[in-house]
Amino acid sequence: MIYLELILAFLQVGCFSFGGAYAAIPLIRDVVLSYGWLNDETLTYMIAVSESTPGPIMVNLATYVGSSQAGILGAALATTAVVFPSFVIILLVSAALNRVVKNPYVQAVLRGLKPCIAGIILATGLFMTIKNCLPVGEGSQLDLRGLVLTVILAVVMFVVKTKDKKRISPIGLIILAAVLGMIVYGC
Amino acid sequence: MRETCVGKEKTVRKDLIELLFTFSKIGLFTFGGGYAMISVIEDICVEKKGWITHDEMMNVTVIAESTPGPIAINCATFVGQKKAGWKGALAATLGVVLPSFVVICIISMFLDNFLEIKVIADAFRGIKLAVGILIIDAAVKMIKKMKGKRRPKVIMGGAFVAMLLINLFSWKFSSISLMLIAGAVSLMLFALEDKKQQKGGDRA
Repeated sequence: MIYLELILAFLQVGCFSFGGAYAAIPLIRDVVLSYGWLNDETLTYMIAVSESTPGPIMVNLATYVGSSQAGILGAALATTAVVFPSFVIILLVSAALNRVVKNPYVQAVLRGLKPCIAGIILATGLFMTIKNCLPVGEGSQLDLRGLVLTVILAVVMFVVKTKDKKRISPIGLIILAAVLGMIVYGC
Repeated sequence: MRETCVGKEKTVRKDLIELLFTFSKIGLFTFGGGYAMISVIEDICVEKKGWITHDEMMNVTVIAESTPGPIAINCATFVGQKKAGWKGALAATLGVVLPSFVVICIISMFLDNFLEIKVIADAFRGIKLAVGILIIDAAVKMIKKMKGKRRPKVIMGGAFVAMLLINLFSWKFSSISLMLIAGAVSLMLFALEDKKQQKGGDRA
């Protein structure tokens, strides 16, 4: 039965997708191909759509696969299944978090993890930004309009302040980028 | 007595609705998933609403990275649970998922060649650039608020260089392994220092 299969498949994905969406894509691919739901080409297209629409990529992808296999109910079941494991884990962890975090050994581990994450995120952001407009890494090419747009967006984000010394909000930056993208790439 | 009870119920319901709406907004405006979301969530939940502190946000990020599932879901569940218990967690998680769900259902049912519509493709090219900058922003905020002296900076720098190389040369080495190493090294140093201090203490 397709509904049960969707639930089982995406529960499995939700349980083992450590390290964000890109780590989950191979898992989803494996599941989707082994059930014979989609071929590689359709999946690649769905991944591209999931990357460009709002929300977590994994959730988008689960909704998309579910919907393509069994309509809205399928989408709802696949989405619920993919979210369920993290939901339960965080609920359990956050109940115990304050107690656990006070432990000196846990503190010591966290002191290592936090700067490490900051470094990973900085490298990821920098690499993505560079890859978007310069020919660095696999499959990227020089995009002059993108380069100009990136510089504008970076200045708006990090330098420009309003009268009451506030920076633009991330949501504001996204909207600005969408509008500028339509203008710059449109003409 | 009964009135206060009703009043309490009302504020709980208000909290739940606020969580649902706020996280719908977060879900609707976060593209590129994961790290880009941290910037949006920090802006709204830490700076504007004051629901959690920066330190807590940092802890959730660490937990989110070391537990399965999308960071946005982890953050939503955590903030919701902190604000209004498990009902709050449910409201926030539902909120963050809802926009994706609706958007994808519409696309999958009505728009076959969604990405080939020129205006949409152009807008997304722009958004993609902004996502990179938002990720940098999330990192800059973390680094600015990093306490302590040399060691965190060394770990940060090391992780930065390693991750950049991993990305650049598409090495098969996950960020989780990097985190495991950093956590283990930090724990070992702590254990060593602890021992040294105990010895010093004995002598004194």
